[in-house]
Amino acid sequence: MKGTHLGEFEELVLLSIASLVNEAYSVAICDELSKHARRSVKLGVVHAVLNRLEEKGLVKSELGEATATRGGKRKRFYFLTGAGKASLVRTKEIRDQLWQKIPKLILKLR
Amino acid sequence: MKKKKIVNPPAWATRFLHWYCRPELFEDLQGDLNEFFERNLRTKAAFIARIIYIIDVIKFLRSYTIRKPSFNNPFIRKVMLGNYIKTSARVIMRSKLFSGINIVGLAISMSVGMLIIALVSDLYSYDSSLKNRERIFRITTIDEYAGQPNRELASTSWKAGELVKQKVPGIESMTILRREFRGDAKIGDLVIPVTGLYADENFFDVFSFPLLNGIAGTALKEPHSLVLTETTAKKLFGSQEVIGRVVKFDSTNYIVTGLMKDIPKLSHISFEMLVSLSSIDTKKPEWDGGYLDWTNIYSNYVYMLFSKNTDPKSVITALNKLDNDENASLKNRKILLSIQALKTIPVGKPKGNEIGNVMSSVAVITMAALAFVIIISACFNYTNLSIARSLRRSREVGIRKVIGAVRSQVIGQFIAESVIISLCALFFAFFIFLLLRVQFLSFHPEVEKLFSLELSPKLISYFILLAIVVGAIAGFLPALFYSKINAVQVLKDASSIKVFKHVSLRKALIIIQYTFSLIFITATVIGYDQYKGFLRFDLGFTTENVLNIRLQGNKDDVFVKELSALPAVKGISKSLMVSSIGSIYGGTVKYNDPLDSSNVELNTIDEHYLPLHNYKLLAGRNFTAKPRNSPETEVLVNEQMIRRFNIGHNNPEKAIGQIINIENKKLMIIGVLKDFHYGTLENKIDPVAFEYSPEPDGYINAKIETGNMSAVLTSIGAIWKKIDKVHPIDAKFYDDQIEEAYSQFSVILKIIGFFAFLAICISSLGMFGMVIYTMEKRLKEMSIRKVLGASEGMLMYLLSKSFLALLLIATLIALPLTWLFFDKVVLARFAYHRPIAFGEIFIGLLVVAAISFVMIGIQTLKIVRANPARVLKNE
Repeated sequence: MKGTHLGEFEELVLLSIASLVNEAYSVAICDELSKHARRSVKLGVVHAVLNRLEEKGLVKSELGEATATRGGKRKRFYFLTGAGKASLVRTKEIRDQLWQKIPKLILKLR
Repeated sequence: MKKKKIVNPPAWATRFLHWYCRPELFEDLQGDLNEFFERNLRTKAAFIARIIYIIDVIKFLRSYTIRKPSFNNPFIRKVMLGNYIKTSARVIMRSKLFSGINIVGLAISMSVGMLIIALVSDLYSYDSSLKNRERIFRITTIDEYAGQPNRELASTSWKAGELVKQKVPGIESMTILRREFRGDAKIGDLVIPVTGLYADENFFDVFSFPLLNGIAGTALKEPHSLVLTETTAKKLFGSQEVIGRVVKFDSTNYIVTGLMKDIPKLSHISFEMLVSLSSIDTKKPEWDGGYLDWTNIYSNYVYMLFSKNTDPKSVITALNKLDNDENASLKNRKILLSIQALKTIPVGKPKGNEIGNVMSSVAVITMAALAFVIIISACFNYTNLSIARSLRRSREVGIRKVIGAVRSQVIGQFIAESVIISLCALFFAFFIFLLLRVQFLSFHPEVEKLFSLELSPKLISYFILLAIVVGAIAGFLPALFYSKINAVQVLKDASSIKVFKHVSLRKALIIIQYTFSLIFITATVIGYDQYKGFLRFDLGFTTENVLNIRLQGNKDDVFVKELSALPAVKGISKSLMVSSIGSIYGGTVKYNDPLDSSNVELNTIDEHYLPLHNYKLLAGRNFTAKPRNSPETEVLVNEQMIRRFNIGHNNPEKAIGQIINIENKKLMIIGVLKDFHYGTLENKIDPVAFEYSPEPDGYINAKIETGNMSAVLTSIGAIWKKIDKVHPIDAKFYDDQIEEAYSQFSVILKIIGFFAFLAICISSLGMFGMVIYTMEKRLKEMSIRKVLGASEGMLMYLLSKSFLALLLIATLIALPLTWLFFDKVVLARFAYHRPIAFGEIFIGLLVVAAISFVMIGIQTLKIVRANPARVLKNE
């Protein structure tokens, strides 16, 4: 069902939007993800995901002010909506619950 | 400081992005791309950054970024279409001159286009009544003689048919046909000449022509069986009850075993009746070899019905193998079989020995090209006049744009307008087409045989399609022009837009129109003069008032006696054939050197032939009368003959008395004729020899006194009736026969002449419209000039000089082109022709110029004479 399930990459994008607070626009998100996830993230993929998230109502966007960079084109900033926040929290809860059920011994890396 | 060169991302990639991307996403996407581009510039070479940019643009091409087509709102489209039709109707009503000129021009040109469409559609519907039309193929033959050009024949050998039957797989059924069954059918006392086609018993398996009576599978099985068509049955028996009745040809009885419906007109074969192929006794040798010889490829036709899954290529491979086997025994010659689909027979390059009428595709394409030129010319008129009135229309477009019309909508409106005009024109064109059709079919007997040009729903839909396409072409340039108009500028000051920015385009269109008109009309004039030249050409003998009567196998003595009794008949001679009309009869001639032989043109004549036709003898004498059955000893030759063999050192006097060998007969030259034309003017004069016979069994040439020709012809006809009751008389005047020999040129001339007429009409209409619009625009200017003292002559010159300049340029292009075309292409084909007269070239120009002068003159006069006070008052 659309809107309830959150894919792994979608979750990462949502998290980076949250972490970038007011500076979350496509290129920044892309950079952020590349930095933390240590994998090369393509702009096109990020755009596609942002578009999908917006369709699902998890994020909303608005255009910023024009600046001298980017050939004078405005940036589109993304913010989490209530539903976005809720779904992030919910995902985290599911994970935490699962984490707690794991006996500590098993994950000890040697 | 080092100045950094500014590197931009490739503009075309950005444009591409702009084109496909949804507007709401575009800014963001492009900004991102720019940012990455700048970033890449810092670390990488410029060209790599650009490549990455391009790749990214392409990668952004995803389902969610692509814009949806904006015109897919059916409601708005419907509303706007209604509006387009309404405004177009208003415009058409308001500017009657503009609409009139365009509708007339388009109607004339489209009627010709409709005719061509009807022709082509006829050609493609040939034999469409046959059930398995798609699967029927015929065998064609290529005859390769060493040292001679290859000949492509529609016919093939009987043997090929038999071999295919045995050796080629994938054939459901096949039939062998043979032409030339001719004879006088005798039914009781009645004698009626009929022609037919031999066919074997599988004929009706391949061709699904419906049989009205009789059994399709066996009707043609037994020897001496006949299948008649309805018309033939009526002709022979006067009824449909024909099965089992007997028809006698010579001394053999034939039994009618079948009655079939008449062959549809649009069929590539036609016959009066079918005769069973088994009637031919194949053991008897035929005049040109055995019936079943591999090389006897001139009279037989093989048609095959392929099985459903047969690949034509596999059949060709099998045929190639056959060729190889059979050609092994031939020397210097190869006979190659190939196949041709039934539906492609009526159009294409006509082959030798065609079984029926075939239209050359070159002729069809040429006519289509001419029609295209005429239609385009009419479209030019529309384009020119639409742009010329832009002053009136541009404000409307401006307002439309302000209200929110996008460019595609303006384009749509103008195309809709032109399509509506062209549909109006279609209505008139249809009536012109009906007239044209009658004219065209009665144009030449061949044409009537080939085409029916009947209307069908399919044809009508093609016509409508034609009108829509023509309308779209005509409206395309104006639509582009109007859609580019800048709304703000137009509404602020309409006169500020540069109407004459497109002057060079319009001038070019007018020049093209006039060039074509001039080429057509000049070609007609030159062609007509040359054609008349052919008819009046001095052939070296006179043909005036000579009536050639074909004897058709009858004895001539009674006929000649009765003819000479007629007071109007001045003289009578006999000849084997009629020369100078394209037919040639030849034989091998040798002189002293037995190894040096040459093919020479021959005719056999009696002693009256030369004086009757006024042949000129350079030396020697004419034949003298000799009794029947006396041995042939004498011959007359022309100058070319003694030159060819160097007889008597080219001296006619010395050639007399020399012996030459014609077809193994030793004949003495008794006279040398001045060169004359034995063939048509396309051929050079070749060596010719006249042999003597008191009754050559071909034609009677009767010189007839001028006067009451029809009475004389009637009495000759009555005499003919006495000696031959069966065959109608075949008598033609020599001059008419010559005209017939060149009739293809007269057909071509008539067609070109017709197109010339249309082209001039249409370009004159266009010029007329342009003149009126230009004059309107310059009315005030002229008035001011007049007030300031310009003379009427001055003003006329000022107004008309630009148009005359266009005409001059068109002349400079058209006339040399036409002259070159005739000199190098058309007349190069003829060994003898009149030179192109200098004056002829200018006759066409004179006509066109006169028409334009009158048009321009009347309009300019009107303006020049206008009262300046009244014109200027309105400012």
